[in-house]
Amino acid sequence: MTKYTFTEKKDTRSGFGAGLHELGKQNENVVALCADLTGSLKMDAFKKDFPDRFFQTGIAEANMMGLAAGMTIGGKIPFTGTFANFSTGRVYDQIRQSIAYSGKNVKICASHAGVTLGEDGATHQILEDIGMMKMLPGMTVIVPCDYNQTKAATLALGKHIGPAYLRFGRPSWPIFTTPDRPFTIGKADKMIEGKDVTILACGHLVWSAIEAEEKLAAQGISAEVINIHTIKPLDLEAVLESIQKTKCAVTCEEHQANGGLGDSIAQALSRFYPTPLEMVAVSDTFGESGTPTQLLKKYGLAPENIIEAALKVLKRKKA
Amino acid sequence: MPTQPDLTQLKKLATQIRRDIVRMVHACQSGHPGGSLGCADFFVALYFHVLKHNPKFNMDGRDEDLFFLSNGHISPVWYATLARSGYFDVKELATFRQLNSRLQGHPATHEHLPGIRVASGSLGQGLSVAVGAAQTKKLNRDTRLVYVLMGDGEQQEGQVWEAAMYAAHNKIDNLIATIDYNGQQIDGPVDKILSLMNLKAKWESFGWIVNEFNGNNIHEVIIGLENAKAQTGKGKPVINLMKTEMGFGVDYMMGSHKWHGVAPNDEELKKALAQLEETIGDY
Repeated sequence: MTKYTFTEKKDTRSGFGAGLHELGKQNENVVALCADLTGSLKMDAFKKDFPDRFFQTGIAEANMMGLAAGMTIGGKIPFTGTFANFSTGRVYDQIRQSIAYSGKNVKICASHAGVTLGEDGATHQILEDIGMMKMLPGMTVIVPCDYNQTKAATLALGKHIGPAYLRFGRPSWPIFTTPDRPFTIGKADKMIEGKDVTILACGHLVWSAIEAEEKLAAQGISAEVINIHTIKPLDLEAVLESIQKTKCAVTCEEHQANGGLGDSIAQALSRFYPTPLEMVAVSDTFGESGTPTQLLKKYGLAPENIIEAALKVLKRKKA
Repeated sequence: MPTQPDLTQLKKLATQIRRDIVRMVHACQSGHPGGSLGCADFFVALYFHVLKHNPKFNMDGRDEDLFFLSNGHISPVWYATLARSGYFDVKELATFRQLNSRLQGHPATHEHLPGIRVASGSLGQGLSVAVGAAQTKKLNRDTRLVYVLMGDGEQQEGQVWEAAMYAAHNKIDNLIATIDYNGQQIDGPVDKILSLMNLKAKWESFGWIVNEFNGNNIHEVIIGLENAKAQTGKGKPVINLMKTEMGFGVDYMMGSHKWHGVAPNDEELKKALAQLEETIGDY
């Protein structure tokens, strides 16, 4: 039985900062742009060591996306950094035309996604970004689960060609994967083997799913936990392989049910393997101010909600 | 020293490209002839005299001058210019705006049309892209220049001013922007829709070197662009306010916003072509 524990908590955005800094050393074509949030995005180390390749754009995100698209012409690999809300909704048309439709090798790196942003409230807690970004043709969408995986995902993006969206967050969160755990874009990461129900999670909620699994196991329920760190392209093979075994699934994400991971899984299952599915996600509402833990609880994204959804979907499977 | 332009040949090219434009928009009964005709002299001056460019296109364009069209709706003039410059066969102009064509309504890289480096059409984005490309040239120690054309109505987009502020602050002095200052936009005269007020003073106050020239005289365009080139490398971005007339070269299309995005019918085409001599040969 695989067990995950943690001795340290760290924010996923720091994983991005560390990965970006490492990439700066590895590849002189990597450049970074930031719209007045260098500290929040943990881009200081890159800025300090590679000042000629760091571009402060000021509070002008639309221009930042255009600059990044232009910088690819001549071989640079731009990583843009701002909050997830300003990385997506605010600049959707710039991303759509100048980056995605134009096939530019820009990596859109977005922090403070979801309700775990906390006290800043709903203006900043974007819960629609995965949906917006995955709808863009050719856009890769990655939502890593902890510090180590965010660092690994950032490093992987340095070698990936094409537009990509990397979503991470603000709160201090358990580091439960090891630094050397393999990470491949588009390849789901099976965390725990199980046979009764498949739990598919992304981002911070992978840890919540692991916590839920332990409690389900105590009730004699064997849950398989899979980290779908890449929402697009979806690792359909891994998803179907698990669900053909367990015959039911729960998805977990810090995002609207509309357009998120659950939506991708529901589409896949309805087409290829109709199966009872429950979604742990935000249900067509905006967030609000509060602590991350309070908000996860209030918006139905806590481990208890995952357990409840698993029990419900198991009942549906039997029926 | 810049070489002397062959003005007779350049004028012939401009007339032929104007013929191409009206024939293209007539054939598919859609597209934007007005701004395209107004900018034909600029495109000819740029591609046939000013730019160092290679019709054997590659995306990175290292050691070449780069051109971006931000007001992508005037794609007919760009496509005709690219074809006449040897980027692709002029016969392909006949596919403009048709199914499975590389000549999309608005310019795109998606179908791999040589000469296009970014999609444009949704306004306000091209200056940012051009500034980014200019910064990459600096990083690559590539001394060639980046050119971008915008519309005047497009100056109403906020992103233009984000890019304007950024370029001046960062001393992007390997960039020459030009505004097609024809005073017209879809709904009417720019002054009536949303006035740009003192556009020259705006750009100057944003820290740019601002030039003005007539865009419907090839010689004046060449002198204006050569002058702008001489102003690069001095720590400031350069912009040209280029006065043009929408529809220039076809009398009934001039002096109005009406032909911004309307195609001529058969009779109107005949009337237009009668004013534009076939100089190089139709596609």
